[in-house]
Amino acid sequence: MTWPAQKEKDLEEQEQQARFEETIMPHLDAAYNLARWLTRNEHDAQDVVQDAFLRAFKFFGGFRGGNSRSWLLSIVRNTTYTWLQKNRKLELVTVSDEEIHEIEDTSSNPEVLLLKNSDRQEMMRAVEQLPVEFREALILRELEGLSYKEIAEMADVPIGTVMSRLARARKLLQQSLSLPLEPGASK
Amino acid sequence: MNCQEIKTLKHAYADRELDLIRTTEIEQHLNGCRACSQAYENIRALGSALKSGDLYFKAPAQLKGRIRASWVVENKEAPTHSVAAEVTRLKDFGGKRVFAEIRASLPRLLRFLRHPLGWVVPVAATALITFLVLPALIAPSTDERIEQEATASHVRSLMAAHLTDVASSDQHTVKPWFDGKIDFAPPVKDQATQGFPLVGGRLDYLQNRPVAALVYERHKHFINLFIWPASRSANTTEKPAMRQGYNLIHWNQSGMTFWAVSDLNAAELREFVGLIK
Repeated sequence: MTWPAQKEKDLEEQEQQARFEETIMPHLDAAYNLARWLTRNEHDAQDVVQDAFLRAFKFFGGFRGGNSRSWLLSIVRNTTYTWLQKNRKLELVTVSDEEIHEIEDTSSNPEVLLLKNSDRQEMMRAVEQLPVEFREALILRELEGLSYKEIAEMADVPIGTVMSRLARARKLLQQSLSLPLEPGASK
Repeated sequence: MNCQEIKTLKHAYADRELDLIRTTEIEQHLNGCRACSQAYENIRALGSALKSGDLYFKAPAQLKGRIRASWVVENKEAPTHSVAAEVTRLKDFGGKRVFAEIRASLPRLLRFLRHPLGWVVPVAATALITFLVLPALIAPSTDERIEQEATASHVRSLMAAHLTDVASSDQHTVKPWFDGKIDFAPPVKDQATQGFPLVGGRLDYLQNRPVAALVYERHKHFINLFIWPASRSANTTEKPAMRQGYNLIHWNQSGMTFWAVSDLNAAELREFVGLIK
């Protein structure tokens, strides 16, 4: 004994779920990778991703094609920031644009960057130490290969800010990953 | 292109974000400038170190299952609660809302029906009628709700010493004040010569929308005249009402809906409305 309308609705739901599995589920790794880098903890990342997927599933009716990975990552990003806001407020200190520009490299004579024969552990630590907004830009650019425009839309900042954040993130990483320079070698 | 420009653009260049012309310009510069090309190489080296560093976290195997399980739970708990449906539900009143309630509870009810314990159905139906249908029948009509809101607004405007946002008896000051604050132009007429001087205007909020409130005075009694675009354009005759000792008169005219509220007696308020119309 099934109600026809109910049956139709069930079908609709099944269809939607199938569509979701097809277009959104493949980006689960990307979602987890971003959440993992932003929360810096695998358990928190799993919670956040589950929550983000629940929201994505709810909003999926409003998704009108386009880049499904960016769409999902935006939701993951927002969910993560809400979570950080609630649980780790101190990490959300925004670095102003001026500060970013101030630390732009001033040396006119860059040394050859000798990356330490750093193991994965050391690199991870270096990336995790970056302020969250720099870390986010770096991960989205270097590991996800997103364009400046996509990152800017996701973080709701101008493209110039994305560029500054990346520059700063790289500068900081170069500092913590390269071999110590002899004092006085750089300006 | 000089070294300073390269400094700002080298990241965008390394990330292939620049147009062809600037890319070529930078390439030319890098070919001739050791310092800049070294800085650029450093960015590249860092990039490949990150990419090859095994830094990409893959989702743990059980996460997919966890996510799917969470949908099932969510679906059971809230059958039709999409965000959009929630918004509509909150916006709608009276009959429409009850309809939404019933529709929302249908899947749950149907699961009930399929259950071997078929006898619970009459109980559920009774509960449905008691809690959903009856309240709808005795729910206040739209007009009654506006009466209530308008009266409350009137009382509040006198209580909170916030009678007017723009205090002026000059209609040419009050009317333009509303420009840009609301999306319609309320008719403003001073009636001082008739014994109802304009006191000022105020922005108020009724029926989930910003409305214009004009304040008039009559022998120390204040009149709040609320105005907003009518949902139906037809003109209507004045409808008097009374609530908590306040007199109200409501009418529609030239596409606007008007509500006058005051502690004035009904006859004088009618006189006022006659002047405004």
